[in-house]
Amino acid sequence: MAKLPKPEELAKVDYTLPKTGWMETPVVFKEGMFCHGSKPKSLELVGFPNPRDWRPADADWKLPENWKQILLEGIADRLEKYRSFRLFMDICVRCGACADKCHFFIGTGDPKNMPVLRAELIRSVYRKEFTLAGKIFGKMAGARELTLDVLKEWWYYFYQCTECRRCSVFCPYGIDQAEITIIGRELLNLLGLNIEWIAGPVSNCYMKGNHLGLEPHTIIGNLEYMLDDIETVTGKRIKPTFNRKGAEILFVTPSGDLFADPGTYTCMGYLMLFEELGLDYTWSTYASEGGNFGFFTSNEMGKRLNSKIYAEAKRLGVKWILGGECGHMWRVLSQYMDTWNGPADFLEVPKSPITGTVFENAKSMKMVHVAEFTADLIKNNKLKLDPKRNDHLKVTWHDSCNVSRGMGMLEEPRYVLKNVVNNFYEMPEDTIREKTFCCGSGTGLNASEDMDLRMKGGFPRANAVKFVAEHHGVNMLANVCAIDRATLKPLMDYWVPGVNVCGLHELVANALVMTGEKERTTDLRGEPLPSVQAKEEKA
Amino acid sequence: MKAIISFIAVIILAAIAYVGVEMLNARYLFGVVIPYLAVATFIIFMIIRILKWGSSPVPFRIPTTCGQQKSLPWIKHSKLENPSGVLGVMGRMALEVLFFRSLFRNLKTQVQDGSQLTYGEAKWLWAAGMAFHWSFLLILVRHLRFFTEQVPMAVKMAEGLDSFLQIGTPLLYVTDVVMLGAVLYLFLRRIGIPQMRYISLINDYFPLFLIFGIGTTGVLMRYFYKTDIISVKMLAMGLVSFNPSVPQGIGPMFYIHLFLICTLFAYFPFSKLVHMGGVFMSPTRVLANTSRVKRHINPWNYPVHVHTYEEYENDFRAKMKDAGLPVEKE
Repeated sequence: MAKLPKPEELAKVDYTLPKTGWMETPVVFKEGMFCHGSKPKSLELVGFPNPRDWRPADADWKLPENWKQILLEGIADRLEKYRSFRLFMDICVRCGACADKCHFFIGTGDPKNMPVLRAELIRSVYRKEFTLAGKIFGKMAGARELTLDVLKEWWYYFYQCTECRRCSVFCPYGIDQAEITIIGRELLNLLGLNIEWIAGPVSNCYMKGNHLGLEPHTIIGNLEYMLDDIETVTGKRIKPTFNRKGAEILFVTPSGDLFADPGTYTCMGYLMLFEELGLDYTWSTYASEGGNFGFFTSNEMGKRLNSKIYAEAKRLGVKWILGGECGHMWRVLSQYMDTWNGPADFLEVPKSPITGTVFENAKSMKMVHVAEFTADLIKNNKLKLDPKRNDHLKVTWHDSCNVSRGMGMLEEPRYVLKNVVNNFYEMPEDTIREKTFCCGSGTGLNASEDMDLRMKGGFPRANAVKFVAEHHGVNMLANVCAIDRATLKPLMDYWVPGVNVCGLHELVANALVMTGEKERTTDLRGEPLPSVQAKEEKA
Repeated sequence: MKAIISFIAVIILAAIAYVGVEMLNARYLFGVVIPYLAVATFIIFMIIRILKWGSSPVPFRIPTTCGQQKSLPWIKHSKLENPSGVLGVMGRMALEVLFFRSLFRNLKTQVQDGSQLTYGEAKWLWAAGMAFHWSFLLILVRHLRFFTEQVPMAVKMAEGLDSFLQIGTPLLYVTDVVMLGAVLYLFLRRIGIPQMRYISLINDYFPLFLIFGIGTTGVLMRYFYKTDIISVKMLAMGLVSFNPSVPQGIGPMFYIHLFLICTLFAYFPFSKLVHMGGVFMSPTRVLANTSRVKRHINPWNYPVHVHTYEEYENDFRAKMKDAGLPVEKE
């Protein structure tokens, strides 16, 4: 791996354009800007086509002989299946409104990272093969032949898009680059051109139930560590249940929460909250993944991985499903799950057993985001909270792309946050809510070999955090997304050292006064509470 | 280069009309045959285009949500930016189509002091887009006077409104100036901003020059080279009543104007200009955010291979039992 340049250097983004037109400028694979190619084993496990050993930087990709035909048939097939795709191939006027909205363009200055141009990579081939004007006028009509160079360009740039949809907010026709990237990656997948950081988790999730490949006993073991820590902090021993039939609620969260901090602190937060509520719920080791890396390869794989959630809810006989903090997980759940694997008519409309609130907004898909659940608890005064315990934190809120632009969950987490912390500062308004910036590492790009790309893509997000850090002394970046929790930390360490990252329910659990708990002296991370610090200073 | 090719193409088109009418005297061809063909091409191929879009289903409910979802009753729902029903979608689309809501959000991202990103107002593109489209529409409405025996009230009102400045004889239409100005801005923006120039295709310059040509010839006819309006109206009435005839005394400027319009009509269904129809079908805008409330059906949803719980338990039964997990089969 190449050494990451210093932040001062990376911040000097070069926006000068190549001298040659974009069609005449072949793609150059830059170290640190792409991920390793998929390993054959990962593809074989789930039955993906054309598994083989290959390296993106090699000249020879060992493509099947009829690769061009496979791609063109793949495009034709998807034009028939997706109105979004067909329409978005036709109606772009290249007004350029999307160009400087993309975090990858802002961070790299590479013109092919302008959403409009990233779409043109595939649109130009569409014109050549599927439109009359393109067939007759060729390049004059913006059409070009599908060549090996074009294919490589697709691969390079469709894996430099995190499907965050920020461009589609600004597009006058709602053209969504995420749709084009999704289909572009599906096409690449037909040739076995996946990345291992996605293909590995996908096969793990398929066989073992979660991306990280945690086996049943490991899941329990990992949770035991957290339970020990909770006991240390609160003096209470919690005993969650697993795969328990007859529980009222099935709880599904991204497996990242089970694995490494700061996700584990969020997970401790869920455990403590549910314990305090006396919630009748169960974890599942089979449906142990809320996230869905399958969605980053193909619609079909997304569906295959997602099927476990409803299947497990049915097997266990629960009434409804509660979902943990995650971003893309919630785009998949809210916009795809019911369509793919519904109807979930064996479940009941979610109803909070604590407040009696019926979640009418999840009437059909039967799954509630834990931020919605907790907001309702707080509104109904069901939690005893002591936000002073979070007084050592100055918090800002990162809206995750998918819950913002693929769901619209903006106020629920803010309501929770304002009730559990005293110091909350918003980032500049053009960088939050529906205009929020991606962490730069979504859609399975959170590998270690593409750190340059990640730091560049995360530059706009980090820049907004830096603003509140400098103006308000913000030292904590809170969010509801497992990928964010994993990726924002290195991003902060690089761009805004001193800012930590946490999930919403870590802050909830810090503030949560539990019945019978001992007097807390530390937060979940073992850091002394502000009150304790003050006492020590007095003494 | 792409701009020059587009410019030359429009000049050639104008020359074709001039030569055709003035030298070859093909007035019937340019006054009757080509207009009919152009309009027929427009209608037929636009219908085909829209049917083609319509024939591809919308498998997933994928609105881009730009505001707060409808969830708990005490949280203020953003009805227009994240619609939860038909009314909300109609409102969202009305804002989008009539006022270019999304384009209005436009920002200019800039790097200041080497490393600070700022997001400035950037409403010029929106303003020019609005100015162009609305004045184009008004001009179109004004032209209806040529196609109707009794000029409708609405058309007269449009004309009155358009000439409210009361300058010159004939009265200056504001839309003429605004439309040409807006097109000029859109062109200058395209060649002036390096990134814009980089992404632009001939497909982008050509319609601009074509429309500029149509506007210019129209203006020349109205204010400078006077055309026999009575004859033009006779021609137009003949065309719409399917009883075409070519009256004498119509100057070449009119035929150039008409031929460029015909080109626009015929070019329309094969170009990016189809965004006019497409915006009404865009899945990220025309769908309400209801996928959690009501199951959205994918017509081509098909069964897939899954790794069942049974298979999972078979893989891990011993480990599960060791860890004290309940199992289905002992």
